[in-house]
Amino acid sequence: MASRDDIKFLSNPKIGQKRDKYCRFKRFGIKYIDYKDPDFLLQFVNEQGKLLPRRITGTSLKYQRKIATSVKRARHLAMLPYLTDQLK
Amino acid sequence: MRQYEVTFIVDPVLSDEEIKSTLETYQEMLKNEGCEIVHSEEMGLRQLAYPINRRNSGVYYCIEFKLDSPDFIDKLELSLRRDERVMRFLTVSLNKYGVKYNEDKRNGLIGKKRDDDKEEDKKDKDASASKPTKKVADEKEVLKKVVAAKETLAAVSDEKSQEEE
Repeated sequence: MASRDDIKFLSNPKIGQKRDKYCRFKRFGIKYIDYKDPDFLLQFVNEQGKLLPRRITGTSLKYQRKIATSVKRARHLAMLPYLTDQLK
Repeated sequence: MRQYEVTFIVDPVLSDEEIKSTLETYQEMLKNEGCEIVHSEEMGLRQLAYPINRRNSGVYYCIEFKLDSPDFIDKLELSLRRDERVMRFLTVSLNKYGVKYNEDKRNGLIGKKRDDDKEEDKKDKDASASKPTKKVADEKEVLKKVVAAKETLAAVSDEKSQEEE
């Protein structure tokens, strides 16, 4: 693998570039979002337990709606807080 | 026939027998109605994210069942509401993806493994499948395959590093 050309870059050329956002549900074919899995839902929530916008997570509209419902269900079942500080 | 899922939190202060009997009462109630219980799961004692009825933890249960008439859901929810042992409950009707997800989860397909790991596994399998043919093939072809496998591995590791960033 040392023969590959990418060693000529001393610094990582990808630093400073924008990373492509993508919808992880579409890419990995996840069709169902479990409301009983708070660790997974934690990825779509900020430190105060608020839902993160689509422009940050890159989720498509269809799955953002599903995330919203499952986060709300998880909140009802006290798996996620309605409001806090320093969730993460 | 629809598949439903009811999750409820039982008061942890009760004795173990009482906690278990809560699950049994609802299982029996569902059976008497003539519906098929697909699965019932004890998710165990968990810390609540916020206090409910001055309790900071609760025992979670989840029953999955198939039901013909949706009218029974009202009765079930009424009895859950009246039950003092139950602190919180949620009834959800599952779509086909939900049913499939729960099945996969029971079979251990979903858990620590995320979907991108599965893809890696597939690639590994492909690589391992190509191994037994090596003996028959010429040395040059073998070399090519090895190089290709290395490249795929490198690509996978690149993906990983990107994700880590």
